[in-house]
Amino acid sequence: MSLRSPLGRALGTGSAKEGVHHWWMQRLTSIALVPLSIWFVVSLLSLPSLDHATVVAWMGQSWTALLLILFVLVATWHSQLGVRVVAEDYIHGAGAKTLTLVVLTFVHALVAAAGVFAVLKVACGGAA
Amino acid sequence: MTEFRLPPNSRIRKGVTHKAPAGAGDVRTFRIYRFDPTSGENPRVDTFELDLKSCGPMVLDALIQIKGAIDSSLTFRRSCREGICGSCAMNIDGVNRLACTTSMLDLKGAIKIYPLPHMPVVKDLVPDLTNFYAQYASVKPWLQTRTPAPPDSERLQSKEDQEKIDRPAACILCACCSTACPSYWWNSDRFLGPAALLAAYRWIIDSRDEATGERLDELEDPFRLYRCHTIMNCTDVCPKDLNPAKAIAEIKKMLVERQS
Repeated sequence: MSLRSPLGRALGTGSAKEGVHHWWMQRLTSIALVPLSIWFVVSLLSLPSLDHATVVAWMGQSWTALLLILFVLVATWHSQLGVRVVAEDYIHGAGAKTLTLVVLTFVHALVAAAGVFAVLKVACGGAA
Repeated sequence: MTEFRLPPNSRIRKGVTHKAPAGAGDVRTFRIYRFDPTSGENPRVDTFELDLKSCGPMVLDALIQIKGAIDSSLTFRRSCREGICGSCAMNIDGVNRLACTTSMLDLKGAIKIYPLPHMPVVKDLVPDLTNFYAQYASVKPWLQTRTPAPPDSERLQSKEDQEKIDRPAACILCACCSTACPSYWWNSDRFLGPAALLAAYRWIIDSRDEATGERLDELEDPFRLYRCHTIMNCTDVCPKDLNPAKAIAEIKKMLVERQS
């Protein structure tokens, strides 16, 4: 049982004076994802076929590669921001929470880098 | 991790049934959460059959009748019986509301009554609101100024500026909103909850207050403010028809706007 006053407990360690940036970036990335996702789905569906050669040729176009890289980066960024909030919501132990946030950040960075690398490799004709 | 199941000593058992007296006319069934921490027993749900002809039309009338005529150990808070004190907030048929302003005619079948969700229970329908009140106090819900008050008059405010705080200032601190908020359930130790944030907003937009910046500084925190995920249960359940969700959104907007 803690003998700390209720107000002392409510005040805790004070305000982090942070959070606006996270909130704003979450909104910005979600707005950016609307046209990017529509473009991605519509472009894929309007391809004459979805066989390997057609898709590789499509990805080889400069604009396609550029937008795909943007799509991968914005989507992983948005996911990182969102999943972080879920972890903070539900994981309460300080150690487990920090560890989860570190792992989640690394996984997102890995996915983003792998996605960009894959697009570049196909677009630049490294592996068709 | 967040616990999704009640701890073993909080799991609810079947309680006793108080049958209506023979010859009762208009019988209504109530299933009411009972818990006495001094007994060492788990909580239980008691069933009460009440002749509605013996009491008034509101849920609070029925509770008072049950306490007076059937089981005097039934414990609940009540005071004004007209929706202005906020004492009789409880979970009635799955929704947080005031027992005094909830008509039994608006409810179907057996009426289920529990204390406000996810709070420590003092006894029966009485939740421990210590942390809730402390969080309210933490937002400094009073006027803060640097300009001294005029020596011969009150601090003036335009009619339009007064109207901005009319609604937020009508909060009665019944805790229906905060205890309906899943974010508050999981993180009530750090998330201020809709009621305290609505109170903070009421002072942030008060044209006479001069601590607006400090108030926003104190709220800018991933937990205090940003645990709100716009679930909107707060606005759904508010018995005074206030809009804490909008107030929180306005605070978030102000924090963004002061950056650029």
